[in-house]
Amino acid sequence: MKEQTASTKSLRSEIIRMIAAAGSGHPGGSLSVIDLLAGLYARHLRHDPKRPDWPERDRLILSKGHACPALYAVLAEHGYFPKAQLATLRKLGSPLQGHPERHRLAGIEAATGSLGQGLSMGVGMALAAKLDRKDFRIYVVCGDGELQEGQVWEAAMSAAKFKLDNLTLIVDCNGGQIDGPVHEVMPLEPLADKFTAFGWDTRGLDGHDHAAIDSALAAAKQITGRPQALLAKTVKGKGVSFMEGSCAWHGKAPNPAETEQAVKEISR
Amino acid sequence: MSADQATREAFGEALVALAGKFPQLVVLDADLSKSTMTAAFAKHHPDRHLEFGIAESNMIGAAAGLALCGKVPVCASFASFLAGRLETIRVAVMLNRANVKLVGTHAGLGIGEDGASQMGLEDVAAMRALPGLTILQPADARETRQAVAWMLAHDGPVYLRLTRQKLPEVHKPEYVFKVGIADTVWPPAVKTSPDDGGHAGLHPAGHFQATVFASGGTVGEAVAAAQALLPKGFAVRVVNVCTLSPFDADAVGRAAGDSSRLVTVEDHNVCGGLGSAVCEAAAALGLGVPVVTLGVKELGESGAQPELYERHGLSRDHIMEACIRNLEA
Repeated sequence: MKEQTASTKSLRSEIIRMIAAAGSGHPGGSLSVIDLLAGLYARHLRHDPKRPDWPERDRLILSKGHACPALYAVLAEHGYFPKAQLATLRKLGSPLQGHPERHRLAGIEAATGSLGQGLSMGVGMALAAKLDRKDFRIYVVCGDGELQEGQVWEAAMSAAKFKLDNLTLIVDCNGGQIDGPVHEVMPLEPLADKFTAFGWDTRGLDGHDHAAIDSALAAAKQITGRPQALLAKTVKGKGVSFMEGSCAWHGKAPNPAETEQAVKEISR
Repeated sequence: MSADQATREAFGEALVALAGKFPQLVVLDADLSKSTMTAAFAKHHPDRHLEFGIAESNMIGAAAGLALCGKVPVCASFASFLAGRLETIRVAVMLNRANVKLVGTHAGLGIGEDGASQMGLEDVAAMRALPGLTILQPADARETRQAVAWMLAHDGPVYLRLTRQKLPEVHKPEYVFKVGIADTVWPPAVKTSPDDGGHAGLHPAGHFQATVFASGGTVGEAVAAAQALLPKGFAVRVVNVCTLSPFDADAVGRAAGDSSRLVTVEDHNVCGGLGSAVCEAAAALGLGVPVVTLGVKELGESGAQPELYERHGLSRDHIMEACIRNLEA
């Protein structure tokens, strides 16, 4: 556990540094989702950084594409590309686009950023696995505000209809979106009841507790006949005091002084 | 194989006929399989048919996911309902370069009585703005069968636009569809040598009062117009544009070389479709030829298809008038 903490500390610092270097980006949602992504790639996802097109790999779709700094940091950590490339985030010609694009960067499974689309693509991939009798799994990570998109619920209906037990949706419930708190902008509760009513296996967890993440992902794999929704309670901007819980840090880069303070806090 | 057949019917038959040749083919529907004519495929291959219900965005997104895992998904709905999900097509299909085949049936006014909300009248304009998307609109059953076969073999996204109404046969049995090439359907080809390599082009030599560019449901109307003008002493050529994107600009250049004017006629809004493509090509090539664009200028309405073509300026008589306007003695 100690090692994981050290690892997510360095991932958090990389997120801050790359967004600061880019001069724009989304620190709040990247810091809320990073523990979930780190845990997935380290201990649950079947993947091989040397063979990003391995047909038998599990697929992860980051539907909340604006949090891609977190995914880029994790992919670099696992050797998909050199860490030095993180500094090119959002720069002209960089494979690290402002929102992820599959054909520009090995390891990205789907272009996202237009919220609400990732789960549909995950349904298609999970269907392909079923049609071909393959045992790879699909993980879709989305935000809670993103669940306001109607297409998510079209996809949720279809995943239950097709009995896609090889599909896990992880919701990064950080409670914030650009215009304010999710419960004020457009309330989603009771969210667990909604997924249960749509025919999903549903469980809640603390999205910053690595042991809880591990046990929730392990439990999801055991479910048969139904897709699984993991509702991960998180804190927007987690790890940086002045970003925590603040919608103002949804899509803003820190200045040099803020960057220094953030990295200092994270490494503490 | 009957002469008059809706292109959606020919598409439905082609899917069944080609299912064995394309084992990765899967067909997706959004509660319209009896109208898009995919129902026969669903009956023959229930394991390869995926019904998504009345939820087109999710169907298109799922098609992208299937394609990214090696399947060849055909997504069928009405043209209007697919174009309505443009942003899903843009991100899930185009940005992922996903090998998805979008099939929009019920193109244009040709659907008739169901009226405006069911009419795909802006779909080509929207889809033509997506780089890398091939857009096909076959003119008869023979061309449809070949276009479907090409579409399934092609590695890349395709939009296939089909009619509800029956269309007359405009291609001869020896016709070979070539993507990206507009073909002359009137006057009939004369055997020449050497072989012109598919640009069966702008035969025969001579001067034409007008060359009409038509696509899908209007090709038969244009041929009827050209035939009716012949005894009046007007030579008119009809070019069938099956591939709307990428557009065969060379065909416009050749037509401008021996025609006094160009006429376009499409069952689609007059903005952004075939007429725009012809004008863009003429302008880019620096051609001074006048272009008369016939197309729909409203959102559509109920009526019988021939009545609607007459009322909205797409019928044989309107095409004749556009070819010879200001010329009659």
